[in-house]
Order: sequence, then structure tokens, then C-alpha cells
Amino acid sequence: MNTVLLEARGIGKRFGGVQALKDVSLTIKSGEIYGLIGPNGAGKTTLFNVFTGLYPRDSGEVQLAGTALDLASPHAVAAAGIARTFQNIRLFANMTALENVMVGRHVRTRAGVFGAILRTRAERTEEAAIRRRAEELLHYVGIVDRAGDLARQLSYGDQRRLEIARALATDPKLLALDEPAAGMNATETAALRSLIEGLRRDGLTVLLIEHDVKLVMGLCDRVAVLDYGEKIAEDVPEAVRANPKVIEAYLGTSAA
Amino acid sequence: MSAREKFGLVLIAVALIALPFVLASAGTAWVRITNFAVLFVLLSLGLNIVVGFAGLLDLGYVAFFAVGAYVYALLASPHFGLHLPFWVILPIGATVACIAGVILGAPTLRLRGDYLAIVTLGFGEIVRIFMNNLSSPVNLTNGPKGINRIDPFQIGPLNFSASDTIGALTFSGPIKYYYFLLLLLLVVIVINRRLQDSRIGRAWVAIREDEIAAKASGINTRNIKLLAFAMGASFGGTAGGMFAAIQGFVSPESFVLNESIMVLAMVVLGGMGNIWGVIAGAMLLSFVPELLRYTVEPVQRALFGKLLVDPEVLRMLVFGAALVLTMRFRPAGLWPETRHRREMSENRA
Repeated sequence: MNTVLLEARGIGKRFGGVQALKDVSLTIKSGEIYGLIGPNGAGKTTLFNVFTGLYPRDSGEVQLAGTALDLASPHAVAAAGIARTFQNIRLFANMTALENVMVGRHVRTRAGVFGAILRTRAERTEEAAIRRRAEELLHYVGIVDRAGDLARQLSYGDQRRLEIARALATDPKLLALDEPAAGMNATETAALRSLIEGLRRDGLTVLLIEHDVKLVMGLCDRVAVLDYGEKIAEDVPEAVRANPKVIEAYLGTSAA
Repeated sequence: MSAREKFGLVLIAVALIALPFVLASAGTAWVRITNFAVLFVLLSLGLNIVVGFAGLLDLGYVAFFAVGAYVYALLASPHFGLHLPFWVILPIGATVACIAGVILGAPTLRLRGDYLAIVTLGFGEIVRIFMNNLSSPVNLTNGPKGINRIDPFQIGPLNFSASDTIGALTFSGPIKYYYFLLLLLLVVIVINRRLQDSRIGRAWVAIREDEIAAKASGINTRNIKLLAFAMGASFGGTAGGMFAAIQGFVSPESFVLNESIMVLAMVVLGGMGNIWGVIAGAMLLSFVPELLRYTVEPVQRALFGKLLVDPEVLRMLVFGAALVLTMRFRPAGLWPETRHRREMSENRA
């Protein structure tokens, strides 16, 4: 389980005068949970958006399982095997939970306009498979009983789960979760934690941005720390916790 | 389907088949009015794909109607001396309109909402102005004079501009067109419904709901949007071909901005995204003005002995009032799509 899944080299991103990311490199190994932490504004979500093709980068490149990603088009990134969730949940609010997950299957299915109009055998078989897989995934994340409800009617925790199910529907190699525990109470966080542990057991690689340090330290195999757009540490959780640069980034230096 | 539903469908079918003869007894004009209403239903269903499903506000939709109509006019009139049969021209018209849809769609892919509306509005006007001016140096469209003497439909010995009597029934030209339009409508409804429940239909709605999330979920938003424009445009093109044949004459002034707005109003009034709502909206906005036209004048003459308000003025008044009232009391349309209705009611709460 030690092959490199994702390798990012020299990622740079500038917004006007702000250098949001400066020469960030990191490697994520297959099957691990990789944490990305850092103070507010450190560039965590920006890095996510670069990885998933939503922001154009200024420099650097990203390889997934040995092939360079076409970072110019998000759907190509999804097709290559990176799926993500959003910090401020972005579901298709007026579609049902099941439909949301079915949309996730889009990138792995083929039926076009003519198949749909003629209702060909291939189209019907594929459509049934999409539905079946979407139901399985809703079951997997534990909200199958809400399948027929509109996404907007789901509770906050269930919306997070639905977003994960939609991401899983794209058959990702790497699942990127952007602050999945934000705004969750202790019970919801515990349930989320067991869900992510289950993902790892099933062989998925997870990239996790999180503010809940306890969650990150308890869950992740390795953690990287960003501060002002630079990676200041990358190691196992215990080592990161003891790293003086990390402590300084979070708490500041002592007033000498 | 339950026996009751089946019975209901049979009843509707019988009513629709008998309808033109009932109307014809009130005057052939009413059959023509019905035909134009069905034509507008076709247009609205096409626009509904773009506006209702994919959420792309298109104010230049009449351009595709114009393209279809001119393709028919050029290929079946003395203008170029071409007289191709309609079953060849209608698919050509749909294809040309479809290509026009992609050409319009391509530069607007990054635009949304108001900006998209402005660009599409401009495109609609450009097409009309082209039709108006492409009469020199090569006389392609015959300019503002339009193209005359367009061939009617001809199926074997059946000429759609003449009457045929079979037994006790007289099939006038408009009645034949009515049946053809009914058939076409059925096909378009089936296509719409199937698209709505398909992988492509879900992708359209996903883009309407959240374009960024749709991208991140692996939808090629560029292609899927172009597909919406192309599908909507080909319906518009087909309706345009029918229009040219029924009318026997096309000129640029049939394709003004007002027509685009009228079709959009039908979609919005009926209920964006819901096929049945859109059909109801198109029927309502087609028939009510005609009813007024035929009733206002006699009523006024009977009451006051003279004409006080011109029916045309009243028509626009009623039209405007209907839209204002709809927006006030049923903002999602008379018969909204379930998803849309929930969205709107939440916003009002």
C-alpha cells in the first residue's frame, strides 16, 4: 500500500497581489488518509480547487497514478479519478437525494440523446444500473431512507453524507473532502469519522481538509500543514503536533 | 396504467381527433387558429429544454423558428425553382437550426442569466436583419418582401392546400395540417419526456441547479449546454418549416423579438420545466387573444352601438394583466414542475 497515488509538484497560485499558494509539493500514497490543515486563509481550499480544476493554476503540475492531470477541465479531473465535496455544501438542491447521486454516475456512463429518445436496450440497462448503484451508495452512507426527498430537505449532516455519496458515484481513486465536519455536532462528527474509516477499509484514498484538529490527528495517516500558501510540515500526526513551526503558525511566537 | 387512466387517454384522443370538425362548423378560421396554437406549443416545448431544463435564459429563440421557415421557403418555392418534398426539407430545416443553435451557444457558454439573455436577444435580431438584407448582391432571401408561393405539403395524391371529401367528411387543408401537427406534437412530447428522465436530462437540471458542482461531478458542462441549445433549436426549426408550409409565405417581420418574448411568456406562464404546464401556457396565450378578437367587437356593438376599445388594444392589456397576476400569485407558473414549485415557495416564505 505504499505506491504514490497523487503527486503535486511546485503548485503556485496568485490572486492579484496575494500569493495564495507558493511552490507547494506533496505526495499522497494509495490507501492512506492524508490530512491538510492550516490556519484560516492558509490556502487549503485554494489547493483543493487547483487539484480539481476549478481554479487555473499559475505553475506546477499534478499527477494521478502516474499520469498528468488536465487541470484545465474539472470534468476531466473527475473522469481521471478525483472526486470532491465542498466546504459550503453544493448539492443540486431541487433534485432528490437519489437523483443527486445518479448525476454522479454521469461521468462513468455513456447514454446520449438518441439512446434516451429511442429508449434503446443499452440505455435502459444503463439507466437501471445507474439507479441501482445510486441506491447502493445511499445505503452505504446511511441515508437510503431519504432517497426520494429533495436534497434541500435533508438535515445538515445528511446533506454532507449525500455529497460524499455523489462524489463516490464517480468511482474516484482519490476522495477529497473539504471540511466535512464543519458545523457538525459531536454525534454527527463521530458518525462521519466512522464513515471515513470505512472508506479507508474499502481501499479508498482520502484527502481531508479539516479544522477539527482532534478529528484530523485521530484519523489521518499523514498530515501536511499549510501556512501563508507554503507547506511548512508534512509527517505523521504526532511529529506534526510536535513541530515548532506548526505551533508557531497556530499560536504565534512568544512575545520576547 | 390503470383502466381509468386508459379510458381517460382514449377519451382525450377521440376528442382531439374530432376537434377540427367541431371547429370547422364554427368556421375554418378556427381550425387555422388551432394550428397556430399547436405550432406555438411546439415552439414552447423546444424553448422549455433550454430555459426550463437547462436554465439558460434564451431571448432569441425565434431565430431558430426563422431559420427553419426560410430553409423550407428556399427549398420549396419558385424563388430558386426548387420543389423538394416536405419530408426531406423538415429534417434539413431541423438540422440547419440545430447548427445555428450550436453557433449561438458556443460564444455564450460562460454567460448566465441577464447577460445570456442579452446576447441571445442580439442573436435573434441578427438573424432577422440577415433575412431582411440578404437580397443583394445575391438574392437569397428576397429581403423584406419575403418569399411567396411556398409549396404546401403533398403526400402522394393528398394536397394539403386543397379539400378532399371522404364519405360525409370534408378534409380541408387546415384540417390535414391539424392532424399532421398533432402527430408531430405527440412525437415532440415523447422526446421531451424521455430526455427529461435520462442521463442527459439529469445533467441539464444539475447545471441549472449548480454549475460548479455539476462540473466537479464530472459533467462536461460545455457539451451538455450546447446539446440543450441544439435540441431546443431543432424543435424550433421544425416548427418553422411547418409555419412556412401552412402560411405559404414567409417574411422577416414574422420573426421579431416580440415572438421570442411571447414564446418565453408561454413557458414561464405555464410553468418552466413541466411539459404539461408549458403546453397549457402556450394554448392559453394562443387562444385567449383570438377569443377576444372575435368577441370584443360584437359585444361592444351590442352594448354601446359602437366600437369603444379596439380589440387589439384590449388584447395586449389582458395579456399584460395575465402575466402580472401570474407573477404575483403563482410565480412558478400555472402548472409548475415539482422541483421549481418548492424552490419558489421557499423563496417566498
